[in-house]
Amino acid sequence: MLKISLEKLDDLFALAAQKQTLYIPADRKDGGAEFTKWENGIKLSNALNTVRSAKDFFFPQTENLVDFKMEGKNIEVIDIREESEDFVIFGVRACDAESFKILDSVYLSDPVDSYYKNRRDHATVVTMACNRPSETCFCSAFGIDATAPDGDAACYSDGKNLFIEAFTDKGKAFVDSVTSLLEEGDTAELEAVQAKTKEILSQLPLANLSTDSFGGDKLNELFNSEKWSELSESCLACGTCTFVCPTCQCYDIKDFNTGHGIKRFRCWDSCMYSDFTKMAHGNPRLTQVERFRQRFMHKLVYYPANNNGKFGCVGCGRCLSKCPISMNIVKVMKALEVK
Amino acid sequence: MNNDTLIPHIGVVTDIRIDTPDVKTFRVVSPEGGKVFEHMPGQCAMLSIPGVGEAMFSITSSPTNKEYMEFSIKKCGCLTNWLHMMDVGQQITIRGPYGNAFPVETELKGKDLLFIAGGIGLAPLRSVINYVRDNRANYGDVQIVYGSRSKQDLVDYDEILNEWMKDDNVDVNLTIDNPQNDWDGHVGFVPNFVKELAPSTNKTVLVCGPPIMIKFTLNALKEIGFTETQVYTTMELRMKCGVGKCGRCNIGNKYVCKDGPVFRYDELGELPDEY
Repeated sequence: MLKISLEKLDDLFALAAQKQTLYIPADRKDGGAEFTKWENGIKLSNALNTVRSAKDFFFPQTENLVDFKMEGKNIEVIDIREESEDFVIFGVRACDAESFKILDSVYLSDPVDSYYKNRRDHATVVTMACNRPSETCFCSAFGIDATAPDGDAACYSDGKNLFIEAFTDKGKAFVDSVTSLLEEGDTAELEAVQAKTKEILSQLPLANLSTDSFGGDKLNELFNSEKWSELSESCLACGTCTFVCPTCQCYDIKDFNTGHGIKRFRCWDSCMYSDFTKMAHGNPRLTQVERFRQRFMHKLVYYPANNNGKFGCVGCGRCLSKCPISMNIVKVMKALEVK
Repeated sequence: MNNDTLIPHIGVVTDIRIDTPDVKTFRVVSPEGGKVFEHMPGQCAMLSIPGVGEAMFSITSSPTNKEYMEFSIKKCGCLTNWLHMMDVGQQITIRGPYGNAFPVETELKGKDLLFIAGGIGLAPLRSVINYVRDNRANYGDVQIVYGSRSKQDLVDYDEILNEWMKDDNVDVNLTIDNPQNDWDGHVGFVPNFVKELAPSTNKTVLVCGPPIMIKFTLNALKEIGFTETQVYTTMELRMKCGVGKCGRCNIGNKYVCKDGPVFRYDELGELPDEY
């Protein structure tokens, strides 16, 4: 496999960034990592994962969909869409790479969302295998191998060298763009590192989380469970879980009057919010019990029902570390598990 | 870049009819004339005044009308208040059609039909009723039961009196909730009226109205001997996209905007009770 010494990573980023815009996980001043546009001096973070998920690249928190000019009784629709530039997201973890497939199943299904597709088409996803999974990780519960991430190309580190392999044409183009810095390398040490990572993964506290009690065929029994009210009791409805979640994809559409015209925006929304389903004649999800239930039923039952059993969670663990009341999908799964 | 369903078309309001104290019917055409798009009875469209709001409305006109689309809209919020204030000639934005339709060309074909509506619930059924009237040979008996709070609250009253009631082969039964001086018709709630009329149980039923009316009507139909597989209804939940992506109009794993709004009652029964 092709490799580069970890000491020469900055050279690799510099070369790749000559061809197209490159984003890598870099440390913020407050310590958390976030995908940052690479420029001289930006260093690859050692953090396991970014605070926010990588979904922002394809499904940004807010985006302008269309503009309107209002004149008397007339309306002009202004299509403001522009072709995205080519860009590379380097260092995406296996969980986040898997989340793109879930987002794809929503936004690329008929009718295709042109805004999402535009960015997806122009992006090259270069993933990075995990060596030090954390105790909040449970990607393996959803069949994800953190040591063998998907993507257009994947990277693996043995502590000294970064190995890289391409899976798609876009991935090959990325590898070609930095090929002058790469050399053939022996993967013996890498294999040893991967074996050790697999060992760590198997011993994580959530390694044995079972999904057997969930799926599209369990709709009524799970929906009608008496446990939702206790589970949701302390939920603050802050929506943090939704915002850090790589697979949460619900959105709102809102207009803003700039004084010179109307800008229509798409913004992230959360089923945890009270006005998410509020209508003039009432609200089908009146209390936090129903809203809380919706979020987990969607990931564990409704999504699998519509997607051949695939779950709508990738086990990244962000909601575990960020929820202010320490409620999360793992607690929900354990409480609802049929033993 | 390809067209995106989220980028709307322009529609021009060419006629505004006052139906009831809080319902107006708006006629919409494209700026070049003619319909903005084709639809089937039961389908919906997203109407918007940019800067005010965007919401889903059933298309109340029949697709057999080749000139324009109509929307009967009750005044009940920000956008609908604005729509009620506007004048003829106003442009709006429109996108669609969204959702499935009543199965007028499949399951309903050749059947005796019973339409049951309450209040503004007539709006989506009017599209089917006029489609059936325009293709009368394809369907059996047509019976309509329609009720409202008062005579003034009957939507499309002129069309009902002057067109539907004059059709030889359409049986129209109207009712209002309370007696009033200028009304010599039936008085009482729709579900009881249905029981009194005792329609033949070989009919296929299309029902729409307030949730409480639908609930009691379904009970009444079951008492008479109808089964859930004979009854269709159309649902309404909050929507933003119209194409099953924004994630808010689901009942269980079904999206009302995409898998509905028309559901057969036995299908609805399999979904969680959250609507």
